[in-house]
Amino acid sequence: MGEKVLEVEHLRTEFKQEKKKYVTAINDVSFTLNEGEIVGLVGESGCGKSVTSLSIMRLLGDTSGRVTQGKILFKGQDVLSLSNKQMRNLRGGRMSMIFQDPMSSLNPVTRIETQMMETLLLHRTKDKAQARRMAAEMLKKVGIPDVETTLRSYPHQLSGGMCQRVMIAMSMSCDPQLLIADEPTTALDVTIQAQILELMKKLQREEKTTILLITHDLGVVAQMCSRVLVMYAGRIVEEAPVHELFYNHRHPYTQGLIDCIPKIGSGVRRLPSIRGSVPDLALMPAGCKFAPRCPFASDECRKNEPELLPYEGDPTHLVRCFRTKEVLS
Amino acid sequence: MSTVTQTADEVILSKPEGRFKQFWKKFLKRKAAVVSLIFILLMIGVAVFAPIFLKYQVQAADYNNMLAGPSMKHFWGTDEFGRDVFTRLMVGTRLSLFSALISVVIGTVIGVILGVLAGYYGGIFDSIVMRCCDILFAFPDILLAIAIVAILGPGIINVIIAVAVFTVPSFARIMRSATLEAKEEPYVEVARSIGCSPRRVLWKHVFPETVQSLIVNFTMRIGTAILASSSLSFLGFGANVTEPDWGAMLSQGRNYLNSAPHMVICPGLLIFLTVLAFNLLGDGLRDTLDPKIK
Repeated sequence: MGEKVLEVEHLRTEFKQEKKKYVTAINDVSFTLNEGEIVGLVGESGCGKSVTSLSIMRLLGDTSGRVTQGKILFKGQDVLSLSNKQMRNLRGGRMSMIFQDPMSSLNPVTRIETQMMETLLLHRTKDKAQARRMAAEMLKKVGIPDVETTLRSYPHQLSGGMCQRVMIAMSMSCDPQLLIADEPTTALDVTIQAQILELMKKLQREEKTTILLITHDLGVVAQMCSRVLVMYAGRIVEEAPVHELFYNHRHPYTQGLIDCIPKIGSGVRRLPSIRGSVPDLALMPAGCKFAPRCPFASDECRKNEPELLPYEGDPTHLVRCFRTKEVLS
Repeated sequence: MSTVTQTADEVILSKPEGRFKQFWKKFLKRKAAVVSLIFILLMIGVAVFAPIFLKYQVQAADYNNMLAGPSMKHFWGTDEFGRDVFTRLMVGTRLSLFSALISVVIGTVIGVILGVLAGYYGGIFDSIVMRCCDILFAFPDILLAIAIVAILGPGIINVIIAVAVFTVPSFARIMRSATLEAKEEPYVEVARSIGCSPRRVLWKHVFPETVQSLIVNFTMRIGTAILASSSLSFLGFGANVTEPDWGAMLSQGRNYLNSAPHMVICPGLLIFLTVLAFNLLGDGLRDTLDPKIK
């Protein structure tokens, strides 16, 4: 694999709850993204996926959250030490983001062309005519049939799939090196979902963009990613190449997630689920955060939190569990 | 796949009209608001062009025709100096309408800036602005205006300032809440994620969403302002009694209520209709601009 695009080291983000009371949303998150790969970040709702992405983009500003520990290196440059102005130059230019709901991600009162040109005018060119040409070209690339009409229309005149294409075109228009896609297909119906994923894959191949794909859909992960990070309660619990994760996962949470996918022909009437729900951020259990819901939990699990360690000496497969031997057997 | 793109195409082709055209179509269905708008436009026309068309001079006294009732010669009768009431009211439109308009514009500009900044940046600035608004809210509007005029002294400029002052807090509060709502929209986060500066996010992405509250409140406030400035003139705080101001004329007419009731009825009716028109127009605009009401 190529050089490292993003290195996140021991990231910790806290949210202010009341006066001088903080809750930790993500804790000790470390991972690396190499050039040109698509990495999946999966986990239940509320486990810190979106907070991780907002921390990387430094978009926590408006919430009460802040990064209190750790390092985020983008192409070797420490993102957290950049000034706001330098950060703005990075955002949308070399580092961009796609959000969950395409319909509400576009400003309803401005035309598509104005919004697409805004990104380009901020980062690429000062010439409006040129920005418009670039926007049109980008729309063609994402497979929009009638580029001129689309440029002149307002978001409410487009369908969800079209809006997401526009969003992708917008986020890819300045050739970013890193694209963070926060559940890009959750709000779309299944047929459009496949088209959008295919499109992202195609653009990624052409432009060699690194993509961090945040999702809770393991089907999407299997189709798109080369590596997967599994998050639970603000921690990474397992990291593995995609094949390894599906066939040789070692964390009980990952197994739970995989068991939740319905399988054709398995004969099981009732779909298994993981008991309970993600613990409240303010009331985290002492040991392993998954222990209260884990079928393999022992006393050790409830007392001490395991480290994220290579499984059987394999540096590409990391697990945070004491009882890796029991899982899958 | 082809069917999907096709339907998307049809959607675009079937709706070529812009937002303004849609808005206009919806607005025309509100009859009361349309009538109000026509009336207001008429009044503005009168305010601008009245002196060209009128038969009589504003201050031209006719001592043979004092306190005469409505007739063919004097449409709405004459006052105690034999001056034509209709002429004076029409010329007075300029003073009443424009003083209200100017005061509301001043109040709106200040209120909007304070409210939007308070809503967007929050923090101490927000608290200070809102507490100041609370203080101003504690007084009834007219009482506040009287207090201000009492301090500054009577006169049309001071009335404008007084009305502007009591317009500020309501605008600040409405714009603050509209901004708080708009800044949580996902596209505002998108704007931030493409590298817009906070100032750009505020004025290009958050502010346009709040404009609808601004338009509605602005329209309604003009009605209130006309009423307020007329009241101040009526009480003798506003325009000079010799000026053709609606409130001042009403005040003068009060002395002749028994012998010449038209001197009170005509300006009173005009004030009533104008304020009503602005309020109905504001109501109509609110319903039209609200996407939840079809």
